[in-house]
Amino acid sequence: MQTRRQMLFTVGLSAAGALLVGCNLLNDGKPAAPVRRKAPPAGTPLGDFVAIGRDGSVRLFAKNPEIGQGSKTLLPMLIAEELDVAWDAVFVEFAAVDAKRFGPQFAGGSMMTPMNWEPMRQVGAAARALLVSAAAGRLKVEPSTLRTEAGHVIDASGKKIPYGELVAEAAKLPPPDVKSLTLKPKSAYRILGKPKAGVDTDAIVHGDPLFGIDTEVEGLRYAVYVKAPVYGAPLVSADLAAAKAMPGVEEVFALEGVAPPKDGQIGLAPGLAPGVAIVGRNWWQVNRAREALNAKWADGFGAQHDTGIYAARAAELLKGRGKPHERIGNVDAALGQAARTVVAVYDAPFIPHLTLEPQNCTARPTAKGLEIWAPTQFPQDGQAVVAQTLGLKPDQVTVHMRRCGGGFGRRIMNDYMVEAAAIARHVKGPVKLLWSREDDVAFDYFRPGNTHRLRAGIDADGKVIAYDVHGVSYSRGGKLVDGGELFLNAQPPFLVPNYRLEKSLIETIVPTGWVRAPISNTLSFVHECFWDELAAAAGKDPLAFRLEHMKARFDSPVSKPGPEGAPFDVRRMAAVLELVGKRSGWGAAKRPAGTGMGIATYFSHLGYFAEVAQVKVAADGAWRVEKVWVVGDCGSIILNPSGANAQVQGAVLDGISQLRQEIRFEKGRAVQTNFDAVPMLRHSAAPEVDVHFHLTDHPPTGLGEPALPPIIPAVVNAVYDATGARVRTLPLTAERIQAARTTRAA
Amino acid sequence: MVKLLVNGTLREVDVPGEMPLLWVLRDEIGLKGTKFGCGIAQCGACTVHVGGQPVRSCSTPVSSVGDKPVVTIEGLSALEPGSAIQEAWAKLDVAQCGYCQAGQMMSAAGLLAATPKPSDAEILAAMDGNLCRCATYPRIRAAIRLAAGLDSDGREG
Ligand code: FES
Ligand code: FES
Repeated sequence: MQTRRQMLFTVGLSAAGALLVGCNLLNDGKPAAPVRRKAPPAGTPLGDFVAIGRDGSVRLFAKNPEIGQGSKTLLPMLIAEELDVAWDAVFVEFAAVDAKRFGPQFAGGSMMTPMNWEPMRQVGAAARALLVSAAAGRLKVEPSTLRTEAGHVIDASGKKIPYGELVAEAAKLPPPDVKSLTLKPKSAYRILGKPKAGVDTDAIVHGDPLFGIDTEVEGLRYAVYVKAPVYGAPLVSADLAAAKAMPGVEEVFALEGVAPPKDGQIGLAPGLAPGVAIVGRNWWQVNRAREALNAKWADGFGAQHDTGIYAARAAELLKGRGKPHERIGNVDAALGQAARTVVAVYDAPFIPHLTLEPQNCTARPTAKGLEIWAPTQFPQDGQAVVAQTLGLKPDQVTVHMRRCGGGFGRRIMNDYMVEAAAIARHVKGPVKLLWSREDDVAFDYFRPGNTHRLRAGIDADGKVIAYDVHGVSYSRGGKLVDGGELFLNAQPPFLVPNYRLEKSLIETIVPTGWVRAPISNTLSFVHECFWDELAAAAGKDPLAFRLEHMKARFDSPVSKPGPEGAPFDVRRMAAVLELVGKRSGWGAAKRPAGTGMGIATYFSHLGYFAEVAQVKVAADGAWRVEKVWVVGDCGSIILNPSGANAQVQGAVLDGISQLRQEIRFEKGRAVQTNFDAVPMLRHSAAPEVDVHFHLTDHPPTGLGEPALPPIIPAVVNAVYDATGARVRTLPLTAERIQAARTTRAA
Repeated sequence: MVKLLVNGTLREVDVPGEMPLLWVLRDEIGLKGTKFGCGIAQCGACTVHVGGQPVRSCSTPVSSVGDKPVVTIEGLSALEPGSAIQEAWAKLDVAQCGYCQAGQMMSAAGLLAATPKPSDAEILAAMDGNLCRCATYPRIRAAIRLAAGLDSDGREG
C-alpha cells in the first residue's frame, strides 16, 4: 500500500495538448516507471492528414470525434496501412474542425467505417505516392521500380531510404490524382485486421487530462446554468443576490432564451433555454450556490405531460385506426384467410443516455469571436448552432474536439455548447460550463417511448401471411419527434407478404433524440418478441420458425430498401442466425428449471446480427443474463478486432442495461435525477459475451450500434422460455414477470 | 488553509473544509485525472486512495482527510500493484471512452493491495461500485486477473 515514499513528479502540458509525464520514483529500490512516450516534432505535412518528421516520426490526424467507439485509432490505422508505416511510429492527434479540409466530421449512425474505409486509405496511399515520387526523382528511376515498407522506400537493389529523408522533397510535389492510386489487396495488410489498442491508452491509464471536462485555459472560471426542469419554461423570479453572496461566487445573471429557428429540429438547432448562470472560482462552489437561487419558472404548461397520461392516451388511440404509413399486399384479405390470429400490445418507455462524463463545454471570447473546446459528436453542427444562436458568423467560431466520456447519441445535440458560449460572451472571459448529473438527466434528449398494437395471421402450415401494425409515437409542435420513427427495418415487412403500418402521435414537450441504435432499440423489442409469440402460436421452435420464413424469401426478396438505403439481404441474416444457433447449442442443451434461452435477429446500421441470451429467472421474478452469444456480419474484414469486439460486447451489455431503465415524467419533468434512481448495469450483472464475426464478401460496415437491438428481445424471449411469462412492457421488472406468470396460469 | 499530501507532494489549498476532495483535486490542485460522474457516491468515477483505502472523493470532505496520504490516478504508478494494473489495462485495451477507468483502476489497486489473488467473487464485490457506461466490465475483470498474475490469457467474463 502507499507509504510516504519520496516521489518526484513532473507534469507538463505540451503545445499540442498531449500531456507528457516524466516520472521519477525513489521508491524503495523498485524500478522506476517507464518514461512515457513523447509527442514527436510537428513534422512536414503531406496533405491535411499526414505529417512526417525528419526523424521518421509519423503524425496522423483523426478527423472524427472519439466517443469510445475507437475512431481516433481506426481512422489513422486506415491511413497508416496505405502509407506503409510501422504502427509503432504513429502519433495521433485530433484534426482541426474544418469541413473544407476534413469533410464531414461526426460520430453517429455507425457511419465511421462505411464513410471512411475508402477515403482514409486513399489519403495514406496519396502520401505514400508522393514519397515514392520523391525517391524516384532522387534515385533517377521509375516510381514503379520502387516499393515501400515500414516507413522506407526500397529500390530494386534493396537500398532503403527512410521517409524522413524524403518528406521535404515530397511535400513540394503536386498531389497525385486519386484515380492513379492503387490500394493494397487485403492479403498485404500489416495493420488492418490486427488488434490495436486505442491510441490514447497510455494517456488514459496515467490519468492525463484528455476529456472535455479536463480542459484548462488561462484565467478559466467555472459555471453552472440553472434552467427550468420543464423544458424551455421562462424564469419568473430568482434571488440573484442571495446566490451571489454564496462563497466563491463571482457573477450571477439571467439569460433570455433564444427560440430555436422555426423550421429547425429541436435537438439539432436547440436555441438557448432561458436560465440563470452562476460563475465563480471553482465548480463545487458555484454549483452549491444554486440552492440560494430559489428560482421560480412559468412551467404550468408541463402539467399534461405525464407518463400516466401518455399511457392512457396511447391506449385510447390504439382502439381506433392510425394514419396509413407503409403497406405491402392486402392485410385485411390475408387476415380473413388466416387459420389463426395473434394480437398483442407492446410498450417501450423513454430512456436516458447518461454519458458518464456529464455534458460540459469550455468557451473563450476572442478578438474574432469565440473559441470552444467541447466533448461533442457533431463539432461542425456545434459551430453552426452557436453562430446561429448568438448572431455570429460560423467562421467567427472555432471549435476544438476533446475526447468524449461516452456519446451514445447524446452529444449529437450541442445545447451545452450554446450555453457555454452565451455565458462566456456575457462575462467576457473564459468559462467552463459543467452540468451536474441532475442537470444531465433532466435535460437529456430522451429516447422516446412507443406503444404498438400488433395483429398477425398464420395459415394452417404455420406461415405468417398477414402482419398488421398500429404504432403510437410522439410529436412536438405537430412534427414527429427525433428518434420517434416507426419505420420497419425490423424483419416482418421483409418476410410477410401482406403488411401494413399505421401510425398515431401523442403531442409531447419532452426533448427527444437518438440513443445508441435509435429506433431499432425499441422496434427490435416490439417485433422480435412478437415474432417469438408467432412461433409459439405456430407450435414451432423460434429459430427454425425464423429460418423457414427467411428461406422462403431467398428467391423473392422484398424490394423495400432498408433505412440506410441499403437493401436487406435475407441470406446474410439467415447465415448469422444459423451460426448463432450452432455456437450457442440452441435446442440441444437441457436447461435447468428457471433458466431459458431466447433468440432474436436484427438488421440495423448495415450490420446483420443474431443473438442468443441465456437467462436465469428466480422464483421471485428477479432475472439475470448468464451468457450471450453473438454472430454478426459486418462485411469482409474486421478492421480492428480489439475495438470491434469491445463495441459488440459494449452494445450487448448496454442493451441489457436498457432493459431495466425508464425515465418517467410528472408535470413535464423527469422524475429520476441521478444514478441512484436509474438502474445501471454493474460488474456483477454483466455476463460473458461470446462474439463471432461471420466474414462475407461485402465492404466493411460499422459496429457501434448494430449489435444492440437483438439483445433486448433475446433476453425477453429467454424469460418466456424460462417461465412461460410473456412480458410486453419494458422495463423488464420482476413484478412484470410475476404478473405475466399469473396471467398465464389463469 | 487545508494541507494535503497528494501523490507524495504537500499541497496547501484555501478552501472550505466541507468541499469534497474531488473538487479540490480537480479545480484547486489541477489534477484532472480523477473524474466526476454523479457526486453522490454512486458511480466510482472519482475513486482515489486516502490512507491506502479507495474512497469516493466526491463524497469525502477535504477536512476529513487530515494527514492521510492521498493517491490519485496520476500517482498510481507508485503504488505496489500500480504499474501492473496500468500494463494489464493497456495490454487488454480495456478502455472504450476511458472516462471511468481512473476510478476502476484505483478500485482495482485497492483490491489487489488488500487481496493479491482475488477470487472472481471478490473482484465483483470490490468493483461493483464502479460504473462503466461503455460496459467494459469483461475486460476490466480480465485485466485485474492479469495484473494479479491469475490469468495470462486475457479470458473475458
Ligand atoms: S462522482 Fe463520486 S461516485 Fe460518482
Ligand atoms: S470506458 Fe466509458 S465509461 Fe468506462
